[in-house]
Amino acid sequence: MLKIENLQARIEDKEILKGLNIEVKAGEVHAIMGPNGAGKSTMASVIAGKEEYEVTGGSIELNGEDISELAPDERAHAGVFLSFQYPVEIPGVTVTNFIKSSINESRKAQGLEEMPAKDLLKKIREKSELLEIDRKFLSRSLNEGFSGGEKKRNEIFQMAMLEPKLAILDETDSGLDIDALRIVANGVNKLKSKDNAVIVITHYQRLLDYIVPDFVHVLYDGKIVKSGTKELALELEEKGYDWIKEELNA
Amino acid sequence: MSAENIELMKQMDLKEKLISSFLAFENQVDVDVDSKVHDVRSKAFSNFEQQGFPTKRDEEWKYTNLSSLLKSNYNIFSKGEASLTYKDVKQYFINETDCYNLVFIDGKFNAFLSNTTHDGLDVCVMSAALTKPKYEEAINTYFNKLAKENNSLSDLNTAFSAEGAYVNIPKNTVVPKPIQILNFSTGSEQEILIQPRNLVIVGENAHVQIIERHQSLTGNNTLTNAVTEIFVNKRGIVDFYKMQNDVETASLIDGTFVSQQKDSVASVHTFSFGGKLTRNNLEFYQNGEHCVSHMNGISILDGKQHVDNHTLVQHKAPNCESHEMYKGIYDEKSTGVFNGKVIVEQAAQKINAYQQNNNIIVGDKASVNSKPQLEIFADDVKCSHGCTIGQLDESALFYMQQRGIPKKEAKALLMYAFSNDALKDVKIPELKTRINAIIAEKLDVNIGFDL
Repeated sequence: MLKIENLQARIEDKEILKGLNIEVKAGEVHAIMGPNGAGKSTMASVIAGKEEYEVTGGSIELNGEDISELAPDERAHAGVFLSFQYPVEIPGVTVTNFIKSSINESRKAQGLEEMPAKDLLKKIREKSELLEIDRKFLSRSLNEGFSGGEKKRNEIFQMAMLEPKLAILDETDSGLDIDALRIVANGVNKLKSKDNAVIVITHYQRLLDYIVPDFVHVLYDGKIVKSGTKELALELEEKGYDWIKEELNA
Repeated sequence: MSAENIELMKQMDLKEKLISSFLAFENQVDVDVDSKVHDVRSKAFSNFEQQGFPTKRDEEWKYTNLSSLLKSNYNIFSKGEASLTYKDVKQYFINETDCYNLVFIDGKFNAFLSNTTHDGLDVCVMSAALTKPKYEEAINTYFNKLAKENNSLSDLNTAFSAEGAYVNIPKNTVVPKPIQILNFSTGSEQEILIQPRNLVIVGENAHVQIIERHQSLTGNNTLTNAVTEIFVNKRGIVDFYKMQNDVETASLIDGTFVSQQKDSVASVHTFSFGGKLTRNNLEFYQNGEHCVSHMNGISILDGKQHVDNHTLVQHKAPNCESHEMYKGIYDEKSTGVFNGKVIVEQAAQKINAYQQNNNIIVGDKASVNSKPQLEIFADDVKCSHGCTIGQLDESALFYMQQRGIPKKEAKALLMYAFSNDALKDVKIPELKTRINAIIAEKLDVNIGFDL
């Protein structure tokens, strides 16, 4: 699914990713953990194609195709979805209209007709029920005046609507209370299949109780420095990151 | 001779031409020298003669330079020979909605394309109102009672006022359909100066919707110097829509003056998408309690277009409201000006004046000057104003692209959403659809839904 080799990226003059390697196969869930400033959000943004970041080396392959030169919308059409840590407010565009544009632009890129309104509404109803989203919420301006939890739930709702191949959840658990966390995690789990993959970026083990990872990686100073199974997350929760830093320096 | 003096000489030419034309004009319109209209015109003319055209030294004209417009050798008297068929101008009408139509071609009324009425209300022409005895009382009460304030271009219009729309709605009348005022210039003259003069009287508890448009059908330079006076009596309601989507050789100086009595509601919407230079002077005078005034504007410009929205609200009475919302999107080398003056007189306690001007600069060489001017002499009022000038939000663009919306469409969607606030009060559905279509065309995109 996703294969990143020796990825290096910087913003302005600051090197952030310093040779990152990761491979994610279809059907897998990978968790990325690490201390603040390690480069976790940068990794997510670079995979999604944010232009402020300059890729200075390495490659990003999605299903065997190099996507590192594609525009963000082209990567989205190829199946990349990023659930933002801080979803952007877009006043004047309702959730429904936004998702309609989003779906139809993706279909257009694949040479498909626009989705018929009936099908779209049916899908919206289905997915909003899955994420326990009130219908009234769908006619509000996108993210405008949403609480932190509503924003995150809306991100996963869009993911459910778009059905991406690769979903990257950037600190989707932050700002969620325990009930919202369960709803969001449940949504993600229902969307999981053998044909798609999920990368979960998080600070806390808590989310991983609900979305159980196949692999856990520690990102530190722009590189993956340790990989393991879900037990690694528990160990990190208990001991913090200092022992890893020490291991590296030893 | 300095460049500035040469400029002045050229302007002098137009001014001289206007001066020497005035006598001929009065002969042409068959004026009664004993009438009050003659006195009003003569006085306005001498005001114009003294003041001349405004220059950049004039504080109110600091950012709008008329000198390039005044160089043209305008024909002041149209021969009015041009004949147009409905087919030629059909696209400029709001067709699907039944309307009263007042059509003027090169400043002359065209009865064939129009559809007037005297049945229970007057939707007719100024040439009749200014000369026929049955309108004398209304003319003496209202004509040039608002436009006279120290404005040489309004004076110029008044001096040459002869034709335009005359709308008089008696009390308790809800006009069943909108009134369209369409001014066409045809290019049968080389370059033409047109000065339409409209008078709208909304009786007590009456309601009217008016759409006004100036449209050039030629590549010749056209300058329109229009004046509209609107009087809204007690509990009257007026919605006035200005469609400004003219060709790039057409310029417009518009003076619209609104006087409101107690409990009236007046809204003026200004949609500026085309034209070379557009100056909108929009003035509201609130004379009684509980008046509400709305001013909404959208400017979407490119090329070297220039639009200047100059507004004034004078709060003279307590417990009134004024709401102003102007949005601008500026591409290429276009320029915009917003000047919003709000005067709150001492007696105008408990008023609420709200003013908002938001601009997005798209073009590297585009610019905007925005200036709120608040003069508050009352002590218990709520006045707020806000002005923003910025670029499109990059993080919002990335967010939308991440969801599969290409950059161009994402930009257009953001701009659409941005201007939408100022469009939501349009009460004629077909007009709203039209404006949406024009905006989509201006932004070169197919959005696929109405926001």
